[in-house]
Amino acid sequence: MLERLRRPWSDHRAEQLLGAVACLLAIGIVLMIVFIVRGAWPTFSHDGASFLGSGGDLDNQVGAMINTTAHPPASAYAVHIWPLIWGTLLTAGFAVLFGLAIAIATAIFIVDFAPPIVQRTMKPVIRLLAAIPGVLYGLIGILVLVPFIENNLLSTAEENSVINVIQLTGGGLGLTILLVTLMITPILTALITDALESVPRPWREGAIALGLNPLRATIAVSLRAIRPAIVAATALAAARGIGEAVVVSMVSGGKTFAPNPADGKIFFFEPVETLASEIVRQAENLSAPAVHSTMYAIAALLLFSSFVLSLASYLIRLPMRRYQVSN
Amino acid sequence: MASAEPLSPPRLAPPPRRGHGRRSPLRSWRPRDQIVFVLAWTAGIALCAVLLAVLAFFAVEGIEYLRPSLLVTHPSPSVNQAGSGGFLDAIEGTVLLGAIGLLIAVPVGVVTAVWVIEFGRPRWLGRIVESTVEIIAGTPDIVIAIFGLALFQLGFFSFLSFGEPGGAFGRSFLTAGAMMSFLAIPPIYTATRNGLLATPRQMREASYALGKTRIATIRRVVLPAVRRDIATGSTLGLARIIGDTAIVILLLGSTLRLQSEGIFGFLSGTGSTLTSYIYNNSPAGDGNAAQKAYAAAAVLLLLVVGLNWAVGRVGKIGGPPLHPPSRRLGA
Repeated sequence: MLERLRRPWSDHRAEQLLGAVACLLAIGIVLMIVFIVRGAWPTFSHDGASFLGSGGDLDNQVGAMINTTAHPPASAYAVHIWPLIWGTLLTAGFAVLFGLAIAIATAIFIVDFAPPIVQRTMKPVIRLLAAIPGVLYGLIGILVLVPFIENNLLSTAEENSVINVIQLTGGGLGLTILLVTLMITPILTALITDALESVPRPWREGAIALGLNPLRATIAVSLRAIRPAIVAATALAAARGIGEAVVVSMVSGGKTFAPNPADGKIFFFEPVETLASEIVRQAENLSAPAVHSTMYAIAALLLFSSFVLSLASYLIRLPMRRYQVSN
Repeated sequence: MASAEPLSPPRLAPPPRRGHGRRSPLRSWRPRDQIVFVLAWTAGIALCAVLLAVLAFFAVEGIEYLRPSLLVTHPSPSVNQAGSGGFLDAIEGTVLLGAIGLLIAVPVGVVTAVWVIEFGRPRWLGRIVESTVEIIAGTPDIVIAIFGLALFQLGFFSFLSFGEPGGAFGRSFLTAGAMMSFLAIPPIYTATRNGLLATPRQMREASYALGKTRIATIRRVVLPAVRRDIATGSTLGLARIIGDTAIVILLLGSTLRLQSEGIFGFLSGTGSTLTSYIYNNSPAGDGNAAQKAYAAAAVLLLLVVGLNWAVGRVGKIGGPPLHPPSRRLGA
């Protein structure tokens, strides 16, 4: 047997073997879908579309599930996760918006305006920022920023005004957005910087020669040329933002609640929970069948959203291909 | 117009760096452009400031709370921080998990990249594999963790973790490491792929001309040429593995000490890593021991900074590269 393996491989056999390993990855994704949907099936079949709707207190609904027996009745699966979806949209949406603005500005700065020495320092800085584990941001958030917000930015009157509904502890939507933004900005910056650097120099120089100032030239030519890369980077960053679980569960206030923009300033201090962070919060309760199924349903939703993001980014990039810079 | 300085004439040879040497006077810009220009500088400096703040914060806390004894003592359950021991088990867990993850991810990532670039037939299958890696890169770690839980709780895989016949807990270093490899595959694949694309075709053709087969060329010529890219990708993947928390919480059980269970000993037992140790010792977890969390965070950050430094170094080992080293930031 060993002797056979040691003999030089034929090209045909090698191609098949390598191809088989590559296909394993694709099979892995298919398995992932199958297993997650299988785990989520009880919730999907019992709840239907009302699963995505709003109504009732989600914490109470999940709490009731924990105490059910091994074979719970169909009614035990009733849950409405709209607060989680709303929370995910808010945090990821704001984070991507802020992150994109900062990342494009930084990338322009690095590629076109920074003096060489600053340029050389910025790149390791971005790389290191992208590598900092999220749990460290979470630790700073929960030990430093949450007490800071509670003591300095929130008045007792504000806390008392909503005491019957929610408790304002300092953690909440604003802090969550801040930390998620911090986590996705380096990724966005790195990808956009790479793309900007791949724009052929003469393109931008031509624009400058025609009389545009260097900034206008960058915006009009370079940024336009890398639109596909910006879309791809945004999709990846949005996926990271939606999927960020541990950090959000650390600083989000510890209660599922749908923050209401009509509340004015308090809106940013209201507790929030995202799809991903809810799974972390309920990690200890997965042995209860109804909780198990609900969490798998949430995971299926997350998986679905990352598929949609991939597909959307592909479809948006299609008509831009004409201007694409080979990257 | 007359007051503005003339732009420097176009140069024939490409100058060494872009963006310099033709400063148009900022004062002649429109106010809106001036504001955007200042904002770009501010954003760049702000990111540097964030990094400095994070590093300085953990350096200060680390010096205050990190003692050498913490690194070599086992953690023990205790309500006060003086008695809860160190985090030796967490460090061991991080190393073990990183090793298992890379052991799976490097072969799979490299082989996939080689197949897609060097063979990639039929074309549609190559496309599918390419988009699969893209999807894996965008899949949240928590979803990967949940998938691992479902997969390894099958009775068929019970030998990898432990539990009663017919059903396993699905929590062990082996199962967590297997799922961690999903995090490391995209950076390894991307780095290898970019290296393969940058390798000159003449190298392969010279090898064919000497009578080598395709697979022998890949093994003896192409793979050695991209070993730096593989090393860079692996280091990036390792950084993602040791920085991940969700998979550890769900699939490793984040028990205080390494537990030896099942037929593979520690490998099929539960444990914790630095990230889960930090999480559990923060107010969000059960421990609520801020000093220990800060100390572990300083160690973790040191590890990440060291890995980052290594990414820069591995690109330079073993003489001059065959193709210019990748200066890309993204993985």
